[in-house]
Amino acid sequence: MLVSYNWLKEYVDININPEELAQRLTMVGLEVSSVNRFDKSLDKVVVGLIEDIKDHPYASKLSLCTVNVGDGQRLKIICGAPNIRVGQKVPVAIEGAVLPSGMVIKKVNIRQMESEGMICSAQELGLDANLLPEEQKQGIMEFPDDVPIGADVADVLNLNDAVLELDLTPNRSDCLSVISIAREVAAICGTELRLPVIEIKEDPNTNIGDLITVEIADDELCGRYVARIVDGIKIKPSPIWMQNRLRASGVRPINNIVDVTNYVMLEFGQPLHAFDYRFIKGKKIIVRRAEEGEKIVTLDGQERKLEPDMLVIADAEEAVAIAGVMGGRDSEILEDTSTVLIESANFNSTSIRRTSRKLGLRSESSLRFEKGVNIEGALIAADRAAQLMAQLGGGHIVKGVVDNYPRKWLPVNIELRPYKVNEFLGIELDPQVIKETLEKIGLTIKDREDGCFTVSVPPFRLDLEREIDLVEEVARLYGYDKIPSTIPSGDIGHIKKNRMQILEEKCKNILTACGLMEVITFSFTSPKVFDKLGLPQEHPLRNAVTLANPLSEETSILRTTLIPNLLEVAQRNTHRKVNNLRIFEIGRIFLPIEGQELPREETVIAGLIMGALEKGWNWESQKLDFFYLKGVLEELFEHLNVGDVVWEPTSDYPGMHPGKTAEIKAKGIYLGFIGEIHPSVIENFELPTQASVFQINFEALAQTSESVKMYRPLPKYPSAERDMAFIVSENIPAAEIEKAIREVGGKILKSCRIFDVYKGRQIPEGKRSLAFSLVYQAEDRTLTDEEVDALHERIKSEMVKRFSAQLR
Amino acid sequence: MLERLEQIRKTAETGLKNLQNMKDVENFRIKYLGKKGELTQVLRGLSQIPENERPAVGKLANEIRDYLEEQLQIIEKKIKKEEEEKKLKKEFIDVTLPGRRPVVGKKHPITRVLDEIKEIFIGLGFGIAEGPEVELDYYNFEALNLPPEHPARDMQDSFYITDKVLLRTHTSPVQIRVMEKMAPKLPIRIIAPGRVFRRDDDATHSPMFHQVEGLLIDRKVTFADLKGTLQAFVLQMFGESVRMRLRPSYFPFTEPSAEVDISCIICGGNGCRTCSHSGWLEILGSGLVHPKVLEMGGYNPEEVSGYAFGMGIERIAMLKYGIDDLRILFENDFRFLSQI
Repeated sequence: MLVSYNWLKEYVDININPEELAQRLTMVGLEVSSVNRFDKSLDKVVVGLIEDIKDHPYASKLSLCTVNVGDGQRLKIICGAPNIRVGQKVPVAIEGAVLPSGMVIKKVNIRQMESEGMICSAQELGLDANLLPEEQKQGIMEFPDDVPIGADVADVLNLNDAVLELDLTPNRSDCLSVISIAREVAAICGTELRLPVIEIKEDPNTNIGDLITVEIADDELCGRYVARIVDGIKIKPSPIWMQNRLRASGVRPINNIVDVTNYVMLEFGQPLHAFDYRFIKGKKIIVRRAEEGEKIVTLDGQERKLEPDMLVIADAEEAVAIAGVMGGRDSEILEDTSTVLIESANFNSTSIRRTSRKLGLRSESSLRFEKGVNIEGALIAADRAAQLMAQLGGGHIVKGVVDNYPRKWLPVNIELRPYKVNEFLGIELDPQVIKETLEKIGLTIKDREDGCFTVSVPPFRLDLEREIDLVEEVARLYGYDKIPSTIPSGDIGHIKKNRMQILEEKCKNILTACGLMEVITFSFTSPKVFDKLGLPQEHPLRNAVTLANPLSEETSILRTTLIPNLLEVAQRNTHRKVNNLRIFEIGRIFLPIEGQELPREETVIAGLIMGALEKGWNWESQKLDFFYLKGVLEELFEHLNVGDVVWEPTSDYPGMHPGKTAEIKAKGIYLGFIGEIHPSVIENFELPTQASVFQINFEALAQTSESVKMYRPLPKYPSAERDMAFIVSENIPAAEIEKAIREVGGKILKSCRIFDVYKGRQIPEGKRSLAFSLVYQAEDRTLTDEEVDALHERIKSEMVKRFSAQLR
Repeated sequence: MLERLEQIRKTAETGLKNLQNMKDVENFRIKYLGKKGELTQVLRGLSQIPENERPAVGKLANEIRDYLEEQLQIIEKKIKKEEEEKKLKKEFIDVTLPGRRPVVGKKHPITRVLDEIKEIFIGLGFGIAEGPEVELDYYNFEALNLPPEHPARDMQDSFYITDKVLLRTHTSPVQIRVMEKMAPKLPIRIIAPGRVFRRDDDATHSPMFHQVEGLLIDRKVTFADLKGTLQAFVLQMFGESVRMRLRPSYFPFTEPSAEVDISCIICGGNGCRTCSHSGWLEILGSGLVHPKVLEMGGYNPEEVSGYAFGMGIERIAMLKYGIDDLRILFENDFRFLSQI
């Protein structure tokens, strides 16, 4: 809502400047987002009257104008605008003027003829041309007849005004009205609100009842319909003061009748419509629902298809307006209109909202009706409009008013306990102060015997329904800044972070300590990622939650796995030439459950690495491959105290390399998987190298993570180290051999570490050499060499036996 | 014999002065004190010296030997030191070459801001609650005093899954879920961080972003308590010099409602581009829990009251790290993540 500071001053004395007012309004809950001023100089630009126009003798497109600029001064001005006319009042820049563009006006010769000034367009004056009639956008600006010749254009256009732009919250739609804002200003400034005086002079020889009847066929959707008729009108431009106010409010002046409807809407917040009475057939207005298949051409020239849940204003034959949204073209005010039917009605907000939505048509009128309009104000607004139309259009008001008011306003009374105000706000206000505060904004308050108040809410404050609403009114007018800051008393809660939250934080700490960078990706994704991942059509991961109204297909389903998100991050990075990546995300996946409204939300941890750790000036590069990533997970499991982890080779994961993927289990519980991305998927995501990923179910991880970890005494006796190496079939997993070694080694074998894996020269095809480093140690004595050697040999021979190993 | 000893002493003293390096020292030692050294030979030959001269010769020889040994040690130490210095002078590294850094990752800036906020509120006695990201319309809107057709639903354009299910548009539904679980127990003191979703996508809006909700319900909770809590938060989060103001506003689920502004942390409140020259930055919405919401959550608004607040994390992260385009937070450019 744009509101003119000068216009406000008509209804209230303002003792602060516009900037301070803006600040104060913001602090009572009417946020002012900007204060706009016309900040350019229009010195020496005055109103001139074009008295004569002659053709330029040497230029066919130019004219020689004689312009009266006041004080008997007549200037010869050459002008090329197509819309000049004798008798027009126009802005004239005289010698010495500097226009906002920086152009300096002086006497010049144009094609051998002297020009003593310039007739200006709105753009040349630095004005917003959008708020001017079409013909003035192209050519020169034109003033209405009532502006005095020779006057400063800046004064005429009221350019010293400041316009406040209000960002209203949805509950304060009552302030889509200058008077309502003025009421708040009065409360801020401690001054009185002055309502405009409305005087209606009716033509005693007429009777509105002879001209029109109004029938409300659906009083659910129309609570009140007031009509007035003004006759004998002459259509012309509005006076400059009205045009200025409309322009300041962002409304384009059109003609005196349309302008009055807009003006009164801005002033009182009541949307109005003006019909040309000629076109209302059968002297009848019917407020009804649209008929199936009914159509109307609206003021903007568009044909609109109506539906039965939309309310229309109809005459005896057809719809003439979409109620509260927009009028019809066939009954609009024309240049020769002389009898005007004014509609001032109140429509159901939900219905207007739906209609406006369905038609994709919003107007200043629908905007107000959607939020609710003061039903009691309809008659005053109709009177105000009739008064102004008669005044500006030279017509007379037909006697009487039609006021069809089936849904009478019921006064709202709220009980207010002053102690509750103080209890909620944590202050100690005197009840009398509370009372006075509320009275300032138009509430009526009666004292009750018990010390409480009965507060009557005026009809323009539809948002005040219960006690707490009044508490808020007191708080905002008293000033939030005056309320003290206290620390809440009472017990403090018991839960801080639960186990899962602590564990999640731990995971992030460990993974970052292991070199992975945390990413955050969107919870929604594209169904296409499943194709890129190569999932078969019936794969369960394709069963995703689908959005009904996504922004695009790219973000139309909720993710069921984090892997594609990480691959997309990798893709985006490689497009930017970042080819070495180490990333992870902890987030939710969404799995639909048959027969349930909400999906299951599972938290998972996923990671991706790609490329290498770069070589340095004295260190070698290190591949970021499967085993690097596995090492990260081993570290994670170690820190979370997840025991008995097994890594089982699997080729069941579409999208993963069938020979380089493992399923991870701990204590028999499925944790997730790790592996290299399938080469075709790498291609689909346009990655330059192979990438390795893992995904782990967070809940399973939590389930297998032991929170208690006990200290084991350090060994007291010396240890003995021995190596062994043998050649075995490459199909035997290393973990199986290690398990066997440990089994044979028993308690005395303290550790068993693979330090070399070799394939190639000297090793037969299909086999590989494994080398282990074994440490023997007893807890109660020093082992003898013989003892260690014997055990070591036994392990060797056992391996030979079990795995057909060949010792090296 | 004594004369000979004196002679030895003289030449030895001259010799001492000419010792330059460890090799000279070694030669000197051999010459005088070695097995066949001059002095050693004198001492060995003592038995052949007449008995009456023996004590005097022996004494002098021992004196000279002790003296030479002592001098040698001093010289040796000095030379060793000099030689070591010489050697170390030749050995040096270029300390300006880069170090071999351990490979570590970093938490996402959003996570770090969230962690900071959590720690502050835990310190203020709050626990951490969570709720689903896919939410029922009932929790997201209706129970928060936003019935169907409520005009304020326009404030938040939502992603729907069905008529009744949507992606939560704020973390406020967690308020209701916690109240339902706790009622009628007191107090409730929680914050609820999480992802939220709105149908918006441009430089200042992301379709997914993060919020932290706060809720306190107890007997006689006041607006002043809300102010005090937020003040404590602002001081810890943004520093002692930052001012805070509460501005009346409107949210369907709180009343009275307040927007909370802090003095611009970029310009200190003088006005700059970040604060649109107002000197203030809007960082969160808050208010006393609306009685209807308390009722929906299973509490009697005549007996208990509460406050709630909600803040956008991206905005705070952007302010904290001086980021001017929201989208960079979700691009996950490795260079950005490593740098911040």
